Amino acid sequence: MNEPVDVLIIGAGASGAAVAWSLAETRMRILCLEQGGWVQSTDYPSNGRDWESRQMTDFHYNPNIRRRPADYPINEDASPIKVANFNGVGGGTILYAGHFPRLHPSDFRVRTLDGVADDWPIGYSTLESYYAENDRMMGVASLAGDPAYPPKPSVMPPIPLGKTGQVLGRALNDLGWHWWPSDSAITTRDYEGRAKCINLGHCIAGCAQGAKASTDITYWPEALRARVELRTGCRVREVSVNAQGMASGVTYYDSDGIERFQPAEVVILACNGIGTPRILLNSKSALFPDGLANSSGLVGKNLMFHPYATVQAYFDEELDGYRGPHIAIWSQEFYETDSSRGFVRGYTFQCNRGTGPVMNAIGGMRTGRIPWGEGHHAACRRLFDRMSSTAVICEDLPEECNRVTLDPVLTDSSGIPAPRIEYRIGENTQRMAEHAVARATEMYVAAGAYDVHAEFPMRYAGWHLMGTARMGLDPARSVVNEWGRSHDVKNLFIVDGSVFVTSGGVNPTSTIQAIALYVADNIKNRLSNLFD
Amino acid sequence: MSQAPHTPAEPLRHDEQQLLRAVAGSMIPASPGLGLPGADEPAIFAGILAIAGRDPVSVREPLRLLQELSGGAFAALDAARQAAVAAEFRVRYPDPFLFLVNITARCYYRDDRVMRSLGMEPRPPFPLGFEVEQGDWTLLDPVRARGPIFRDAP
Repeated sequence: MNEPVDVLIIGAGASGAAVAWSLAETRMRILCLEQGGWVQSTDYPSNGRDWESRQMTDFHYNPNIRRRPADYPINEDASPIKVANFNGVGGGTILYAGHFPRLHPSDFRVRTLDGVADDWPIGYSTLESYYAENDRMMGVASLAGDPAYPPKPSVMPPIPLGKTGQVLGRALNDLGWHWWPSDSAITTRDYEGRAKCINLGHCIAGCAQGAKASTDITYWPEALRARVELRTGCRVREVSVNAQGMASGVTYYDSDGIERFQPAEVVILACNGIGTPRILLNSKSALFPDGLANSSGLVGKNLMFHPYATVQAYFDEELDGYRGPHIAIWSQEFYETDSSRGFVRGYTFQCNRGTGPVMNAIGGMRTGRIPWGEGHHAACRRLFDRMSSTAVICEDLPEECNRVTLDPVLTDSSGIPAPRIEYRIGENTQRMAEHAVARATEMYVAAGAYDVHAEFPMRYAGWHLMGTARMGLDPARSVVNEWGRSHDVKNLFIVDGSVFVTSGGVNPTSTIQAIALYVADNIKNRLSNLFD
Repeated sequence: MSQAPHTPAEPLRHDEQQLLRAVAGSMIPASPGLGLPGADEPAIFAGILAIAGRDPVSVREPLRLLQELSGGAFAALDAARQAAVAAEFRVRYPDPFLFLVNITARCYYRDDRVMRSLGMEPRPPFPLGFEVEQGDWTLLDPVRARGPIFRDAP
């Protein structure tokens, strides 16, 4: 048996890194177990000529396609949306675009304001200082004064508008709609040992420059300097409990595949909306026959993805193409509820720049815009560097039928049951997506695009994994309390996207990390009576 | 059932390689006018074959479907007929179609000659990066003038 630790964190991604860094000041013995390893900046695709190609293989964001040794399979047959994640130090922040919006104040009061789902037990004001702290730690580029949000400070200047941002900004002005440069976890100046962005244009497959904020280069160096231990190649199978119903530690397989038991006083799950319920459901015992922390029966339920629509448009004029951060500006004109639209809640436009030549050719041929054979080269040239796309992030409302369970047959390479996803797109979301596609099309037409087409849902777009261990005040209707502690197991905490009560209509990483910092502060402030 | 590792599969036979080459050349033909090679040019096709060789099982199925749609002899068809078969292939079998497009485009569009012809420098993005103009920030003045649009909530 390993030496006991005070705090054991499972997962070294967005939230695990933040909670580890925050707790480090307590001088407790803190250990983080991560099933993947470190990614070196020299490994990223943008170092090589095959930079676009590798996004379809070893840097694909779907684990069933990527199939690295650290990945576990996911049965996604019953879901139109496939999961995107990364298993390694940095987690999903390795393969995200760095789009970094916060939730809005109204997102925490969904039941009160709009009569659907549930209110969160915390509000925007609860997280406001943690959002700001996280922006500083990650190094977020933004422009202060966005009218879609309460005032928030800017850490550094925003990413460039470029040609794409200006063309779309003018169109949005003509329509009288909101837009703003996207808050971006991408450094626009040298910052805390990280070099500034040089517009590699391939953020989503990992940033060779280190300008994009993945937690392996933001929180983790600080946490390791503060003596947090990070053990890679360690895949957790289950959390064990003692006779008193308290978590006693975890069983995991180390990098040599040897089964080990790691005792701990406190266990923190940070594996996000699929990995966390998977471990909880696999942690069955006489005291918890339905899985750990699951007296409510809600572990794994209420999975929310943010079904994405994508609208792509081609212009006569040259835009930014493959240069610059993929993200450019956002619009939250249709974020807040307006019942005349036929749905409640709303969405964000994430307006993006273009793609490289490989994706230009593949996308063009897939949709029939670039022919096979004669005419291929002419069509390719007509489209190259003249495309923009908008990802529509639709708020997904919680439904218990959307869930994560354990697959009865499929396992990972360690023999641990794989997660199985059952998911359908709700009616409200469907209507919202139709509205959003029509509005995005309107935007592109106003911008002068000659060819606009849309797809909904985007298939490989399950980046946002939320709701499967929701927080709340009522133990019968939630898995953790308002500061992230399990209702059932008083030394078990969850700090990832699982605890989201609703999803909002924005990328969740900044909120996930703000929650992790908030839970860490609660742990620090309650050390004397943490388990009461 | 454990996650199945990639199992070694029988490598592509010579006739399958020849068919794949014909497919690549048909999909992206040479353009003497632009000074461009086709995707069946030896150096480019070597890359395609290398990718295909990693997963021959996934290559065989689209090739089989394409042959089926062609009446068994895709390579023998003239260019116009090949394009017509490919158009039907795209509609009837979108995923297998995309697979062949994917492995072909991934190799073709990283070739020096092809990148130069598109106006690109033949190099990876890192370490030199690219220039992107800042843009006109006064475009945001109307957005600012409108004032807050969020709903406040306690």
